[in-house]
Amino acid sequence: MSDTTAGTTTGAARQSGMRFLRDNLREYGILIALIAIMAFFQFATGGILLKPVNLTNLILQNSYIVIMAVGMLLVIVAGHIDLSVGSVCGFIGALAAVMIVQWNVNFVLASILCLAFGAAIGAAQGYWIAYHRIPSFIVTLAGMLVFKGLALWLLAGQSVGPFPPTFQLIASGFVPDLFGVGKPNVLSLVVGVGLAVLMVALAVRNRRRQQANGTLEEPFGLFVAKYAIIFVALVYMSWLMASFRGLPNVFIVMALLIALYSFVTNRMTIGRRIYAIGGNEKAAKLSGIRTERLVFLAFVNMGMLAGLAGLIFAARLNTATPKAGLGFELDVIAAVFIGGASMAGGVGTVIGAVIGAFIMGVMNNGMSILGVGIDYQQVIKGLVLLAAVIFDVYNKNRG
Amino acid sequence: METILEMRGITKAFPGVRALDNVSLSVKRGEIHALVGENGAGKSTLMKVLSGVYPAGQYEGEIVFDGKVKAFSGIADSEREGIIIIHQELALVPLLSIAENIFLGNECARGGIIDWDETNRRTAALLARVGLKERPETKVTHLGVGKQQLVEIAKALSKEVRLLILDEPTSSLNESDSDALLELLKELRDHGITSILISHKLNEIAKVADTVTVLRDGTAVSTIDCAMGMDEDQVIRDMVGRPLADRYPPRSPKIGATVFEVRNWTAWHPIDRHRKAVDNVSFSLREGEVLGFAGLMGAGRTELAMSLFGRSYGVGIEGEAFVRGRKVDLSSVPRAIAAGLAYVTEDRKSLGLVLDQTIRNNVPLANLEAIAKAGVVDREKEGAVAEEYRRRIRIRSSSIEQAAVNLSGGNQQKVVLAKWLFADPEILILDEPTRGIDVGAKFEIYTIIRDLAAAGKSLIVISSELPELLGITDRLYVMNRGRMVGEMPTAEATQEKIMSAIIRSEGARDV
Repeated sequence: MSDTTAGTTTGAARQSGMRFLRDNLREYGILIALIAIMAFFQFATGGILLKPVNLTNLILQNSYIVIMAVGMLLVIVAGHIDLSVGSVCGFIGALAAVMIVQWNVNFVLASILCLAFGAAIGAAQGYWIAYHRIPSFIVTLAGMLVFKGLALWLLAGQSVGPFPPTFQLIASGFVPDLFGVGKPNVLSLVVGVGLAVLMVALAVRNRRRQQANGTLEEPFGLFVAKYAIIFVALVYMSWLMASFRGLPNVFIVMALLIALYSFVTNRMTIGRRIYAIGGNEKAAKLSGIRTERLVFLAFVNMGMLAGLAGLIFAARLNTATPKAGLGFELDVIAAVFIGGASMAGGVGTVIGAVIGAFIMGVMNNGMSILGVGIDYQQVIKGLVLLAAVIFDVYNKNRG
Repeated sequence: METILEMRGITKAFPGVRALDNVSLSVKRGEIHALVGENGAGKSTLMKVLSGVYPAGQYEGEIVFDGKVKAFSGIADSEREGIIIIHQELALVPLLSIAENIFLGNECARGGIIDWDETNRRTAALLARVGLKERPETKVTHLGVGKQQLVEIAKALSKEVRLLILDEPTSSLNESDSDALLELLKELRDHGITSILISHKLNEIAKVADTVTVLRDGTAVSTIDCAMGMDEDQVIRDMVGRPLADRYPPRSPKIGATVFEVRNWTAWHPIDRHRKAVDNVSFSLREGEVLGFAGLMGAGRTELAMSLFGRSYGVGIEGEAFVRGRKVDLSSVPRAIAAGLAYVTEDRKSLGLVLDQTIRNNVPLANLEAIAKAGVVDREKEGAVAEEYRRRIRIRSSSIEQAAVNLSGGNQQKVVLAKWLFADPEILILDEPTRGIDVGAKFEIYTIIRDLAAAGKSLIVISSELPELLGITDRLYVMNRGRMVGEMPTAEATQEKIMSAIIRSEGARDV
């Protein structure tokens, strides 16, 4: 090897870099998987995947899955599961339609009520799970049936719509063209670039701090490569979207939620405690952590986010149908597990869950463009989920 | 007598520890061979090597059984040869019957269909052999620990055992059950079954063993022939291997006013609700004092400690607790912590640590507020705290980013301790703080305990090792069957006095 002549320091640095990469294979692996999948479909669809209109659609189509995946991550990290999110999503959409379309309630008020109602549903389920120790699988399986039925009842089996245009803006609106330049939408571009710069700035600050504390682990090369990819991807995507109709409102909502929940899970005591509960509930309890209350809150939060997803989905379709939300829970749960969360709890990241959701979303979208039948699509998605989890388990056992 | 088992030059290393170092063991056919040594001396590890729990290739050395070199790849492999191990924690399925348990995985079946008549007939014969008068259909959950132990032996007999290994079989049995078990071992010996008995109860070993092998710090120190009776002093000398005096750090206690007082504390068993697990217990603890709670396993000491610590054990808890004369509410863990209590559990893996998380995350867990502002964790502070405790109580690890699961037992114990030290309690309850950790780490834990007391903290140490309690405490309480049955200054205490307090209370109970 020519390496041997290149001095011991670079050799050692390279070795430690490789070790770091191997130890954190999961984290980088999933990002690389998403990029590889996108590259594959970009190539296979002859460039359609990243056409501005399709990219915008991709974001719109997956926003509600991403939003629910963020909530589901907390639930799964705490060692539970929520099977009811699809039904709750559909039910809240139906509730919004009935309030806004049939009762003429102001859409802002209706939205707030719907979010509160979603949180209340989460509270009702979380109460039994946290304080009476009824397994979450069963409680939320019951919830799945109950709210599916209630949605059907609320809509009397009919579709209800259309919504007033102002409400539709939640899901199908775009960042306004403040500067009046037309295409590309400059404000969108500014927001996108700003977001990317902020992210890199935060990462650099964090790295400096780690360096000062001597807790730095990530090799410089990897750090640069990771954030260069993220920066370029963000800027490129916002440029693409800006050259269509601008950043969708939903994109902003989603980005804010991802940032907020990343912060909560990484930096706040409440996040730290939820990971501790999932890792070892008894030890957490004996450490003075109010485990019941946190599990309860994780479900309240999940209910609220399912409500938000319900609003967005209804607004996007511009109608509430009894079938809305059907099977969403499967996509959401799959996204979280593809993102590296553990069934046993205590492991998983918000970013991982989001990337997991986009892996599913890109595959849906790409396969549809390619004209792959719904039958094969399901098979392929199932196999990807299985492969991701096998990779995890294998990776963990290898030590 | 010919040799049935010969283990030669067995060496087994774990990351950071050499659990067995060139150990040889030779067992003669038809004898009861006792294996003794302190906790962490390597007894269980040696038996795990023998039974294939650590398969061939994971250790160095050679196993010769019945004249042939064996390389077991798992328990099933060694069981096929008739080597059967009965672990300290029994491996029975509680909701299955005795017969089902005995033939679990080895059913009397033809073409997958179980022949229940045959199963029950054979079970009845096996139960008669071990002297257990129960019906084969009885569910194991209805049996006491002593009887469950007999079921385990019956299960071993059903597999045509040739070498029976018992790991601390009497540790949770009362005296009459223990005696019955030992008699059974002798009877089995007369029928040609060889046994290896792991125990730390020397009086029991003296009753039954033909040969004793002493392990210390992973090496076989001596093998003693007991045909002429066992020289207990020699065994102890070999086990300890050093004067007892320097096993505990020297101390000069400064004891102040009463800090913690518990009056008439009672807790009922959470499942068997007619039984008091803690029965009208009162005790007091002074500033700078190290209090010892002595008693047999199941005496109710852990139950007492956990019921005090935020009602983490038991139901229908009654009684009063006072900290510096003021009555305190201990009804939840956060309240108990607020009152100044901390409880370092005996079961660090399942109750003490979030194993998959790092030292950095485990240490501040009981006091996250101290490293957070408005709910946001200050990561520098967190790192600094973890680093400080890692240095202060010498947690041996590559860094604070190492996951707790990868630490040795002693270092895991130190992480749990660090967690509670960081919570800065006034009253620290340590439950079996040195269980399963090696001699060196024990000394360090004792030193930490001494230093805490010297710094004005008040400590309660629960331990099943009487010498340890005699070595590190100022005053002792003795518990038995949920009640406090004795109290004495450690200076006046002896093992005999403690045992006699227990036995006297048993007598009082029978009247």
